[in-house]
Amino acid sequence: MSSWLDYTINGLIVGNVYALVAVGLALIFGVSRLINFAQGSIYLVGAYIGWVAVVQLHTPLPLTIIVVAAAAAVVGLIIERFGLRPLQNSVRIAPLLATIGISFVLDQLVMLTFSPNPRALPSQLPDVRFQLGGGTIGPLDLLIAGVGITSALLLFVFLRYSKLGWAVRAASQDRDAAMQMGVDVNRVNQAVFGIAAALGGVSGMLVGMYYNQIDTAMSLQATLKGVVAEVVGGAGNVPGAVIGSLLLGLVESYGVAVFGTSYRNLFAFLLLVVVLVLRPNGLFASARQAPPEPLTGTFIAPSRPVRIPRWALAVAAAGFAILPFFPVSFYVLQTLINAWLLGMLALSLTLVAGTMGQVSLGHAALLAIGAYTSALLSLTLSVPVGLAVIGGGLVSAALGTLLISPSFRLRGHYVSIATLAIGEIVSLVILNWESVTRGPIGISGIPPLSLFGYDLISPTSIYWFSFAVMVVLALLQGRLLGSHLGRSFRAIRDDDIAARAYGLSLNRYKSLAFIFGGFAAGVSGGIAAHLYSYINHETFNTQQSILALTVVILGGLGNVVGAIVGSVALVGLPEVFRIAAEYRILIYGIVLLLLVRFRPQGLLGTI
Amino acid sequence: MAEQLHAMLSLRGLTRRFGGLTAVDAIDLDLARGELISIIGPNGAGKTTLFNLVTGLDRPDAGTVRFEGQDITGLSPERLAAEGIARTFQLGRVFGNLSVMDNVLIGAHTRLRAVKPAVPVIGPLLELGLALLRPSSVKAEEERLREEVRAILARFGERLLPRIDQPAYSLSYANRRRVEIARALALKPRLLLLDEPTAGMNPTETAEMQALVAELKAEGLTILLIEHKLEMVMRLSDRVIVMDEGKKIAEGPGEQVRTDPKVIEAYLGHGLSGAAEQESAA
Repeated sequence: MSSWLDYTINGLIVGNVYALVAVGLALIFGVSRLINFAQGSIYLVGAYIGWVAVVQLHTPLPLTIIVVAAAAAVVGLIIERFGLRPLQNSVRIAPLLATIGISFVLDQLVMLTFSPNPRALPSQLPDVRFQLGGGTIGPLDLLIAGVGITSALLLFVFLRYSKLGWAVRAASQDRDAAMQMGVDVNRVNQAVFGIAAALGGVSGMLVGMYYNQIDTAMSLQATLKGVVAEVVGGAGNVPGAVIGSLLLGLVESYGVAVFGTSYRNLFAFLLLVVVLVLRPNGLFASARQAPPEPLTGTFIAPSRPVRIPRWALAVAAAGFAILPFFPVSFYVLQTLINAWLLGMLALSLTLVAGTMGQVSLGHAALLAIGAYTSALLSLTLSVPVGLAVIGGGLVSAALGTLLISPSFRLRGHYVSIATLAIGEIVSLVILNWESVTRGPIGISGIPPLSLFGYDLISPTSIYWFSFAVMVVLALLQGRLLGSHLGRSFRAIRDDDIAARAYGLSLNRYKSLAFIFGGFAAGVSGGIAAHLYSYINHETFNTQQSILALTVVILGGLGNVVGAIVGSVALVGLPEVFRIAAEYRILIYGIVLLLLVRFRPQGLLGTI
Repeated sequence: MAEQLHAMLSLRGLTRRFGGLTAVDAIDLDLARGELISIIGPNGAGKTTLFNLVTGLDRPDAGTVRFEGQDITGLSPERLAAEGIARTFQLGRVFGNLSVMDNVLIGAHTRLRAVKPAVPVIGPLLELGLALLRPSSVKAEEERLREEVRAILARFGERLLPRIDQPAYSLSYANRRRVEIARALALKPRLLLLDEPTAGMNPTETAEMQALVAELKAEGLTILLIEHKLEMVMRLSDRVIVMDEGKKIAEGPGEQVRTDPKVIEAYLGHGLSGAAEQESAA
């Protein structure tokens, strides 16, 4: 029994840390209806500033906390002023994409400044443990609880009694009315981002001290956990976020107690998916709220796509097809093979995120499903590689659609959260389901690509094969967009309520989009598995999902030709300019931010 | 009882509450085949909420909706569209990035047969396959519907036909309303619900819209109309229902309703007739 008390205390303490992140998210959501995907990056920044303060400047603990809170608040203010304020009057997808871009830029900046290697962040508190029931509790546990409770109280007092707090609450209830009554909404936003960032930064530092280790992977984990806690508590609901965080901490702690450490995150994301499905407005929202306000065509920027004549596309395709006959280096072919593989993923994502409006952040999971299926089919069942790749596409289509189906009733940000969580779940299942996936060891010795008994080993044959597969997928997708399904998908994206009133079932058409898109992504993953000959649960990660999203936005949402142009550009240009690998993600993030701000319709326009 | 037997749509005790507010309060209504009933009332009277309850976008807390004798209370909007209930929206919910043609083709979605075979379980996969393969039956169906859409758009004179390939976001407000009505007509509805079809239109445009609704009524379409322009209501309606604060406060032929003291009070304000007099004097 005593260990249960230990797990409960541990769960509450971890939950308390999540609460510092989640409260910030809830404040921001309350005022700007925005889920700030960059919150975890601020948490990361806070942890590293804490490290600089403690290890380099030897500041005492109270000063460390003040320094971290102030520095993180400044980062929050910069994000608000330069990242989000310019997008105030743009379409709803823009701030969502901007926070994703900001998060990547911040994470990469931290990684480039401090290197990706983990660092130790020593706790500045004496290392003693107090007996509490059967378990023990340390001073840091108490400090974390103290910071959590104090900041919750301060926040409560601020919101309830200060003038700016009143303004924050007014703006969160009705932004337009508050503006008309003379509330300076920009100042409110600044206050909220500053507070949220300070809380996020301090919690990053405390967690770093708690585990005596910080690394750049903390960022995504913190965003995910904070978002889970916030959504469980009800988006925009500050007390709800605190309770959601404690609940999340407990669920994780008990889950670890029963099943083991590697299952920790699985429980967090399963909790999220269950809440999103059963109570998408959170545990504490009234079950039935007023029907949402109509928003016509405001999710995606309206634009006229650039029409490229068919003959020009045919000439370009022919040019790429005969490229290997010219004296081009192996390096160029290799780069283009990567572009074609990314192109298939981008075709899939541009259909799902662009045509269907479901901004998926977990698209790499479809690659992983396709890759594992194809690898295992060819290795354990000796299925010919050509068929195994198609099998990978089919399984990815079926499984991906099944996994994502609980989120079909969600909109906007919630879809992104759900897909992010489902992507993580897939990766965790691959890690833990050792009897099938070989767990952390990964799968090695995957046979090379082959077709009708002939191995495709030369770069030229791989080039042709991947190019041909991509072109076939692109032609099929073009045909799909020209059919009644294309207009049905786009109608649901533009206004799902009006679409339903005209007989379009969201489940049916979102399923069809994910089936088609899942196939393309699964085929891409399958081909990649046979090219790499080794895959593990980290081969297909969130960075690839974000890269694909940047490609899709660069090319133009829903734009088939744009997806391919974007892939060639984002894979090719860094090679042309010989940009070192560690700067690439940073550049993708910056490209994403610039696009959202200055050319939201992408190079070739939204379709 | 006899009235209920002939009613195409009949509402009984329909109620919807939002927190402490009862937006729709025990509404009874019978709409006969071919009849046009207008619902009028001040802003916030619950008219649009009533439409949402009838078309499945919202579920009632109490009461029933019957359509052609069947209980359709709480069915999904998709199901009700397939039953032949079409509606337009108060704020003009067109699909912004779709062309006028595609917007109206979505209206005909429930009538797709060749590309959407009614097969259980694998139906959606067949639909995907047929959309990609496009056998001649599918092509013919699509072409037939496109012809129909052109015919529907022709009812709006030169307003929409020249803009058939333009995206809906580029249309004027009045044209968006027209696209919405064209989309509803493409469903070949048995019951049409129009939510303020002339909102934001100038007198010429309003007169055109009024003529179109009169034409639809003459063709035998059953219509439920929400409208603020009383002149149009009086001319078109077989009966008028007045709502205020969720309740039905009057019902009957237009002239009778117009002189009902309860209606006058609802329109001029509750005990604020002084303010209203000033307004009418201004």
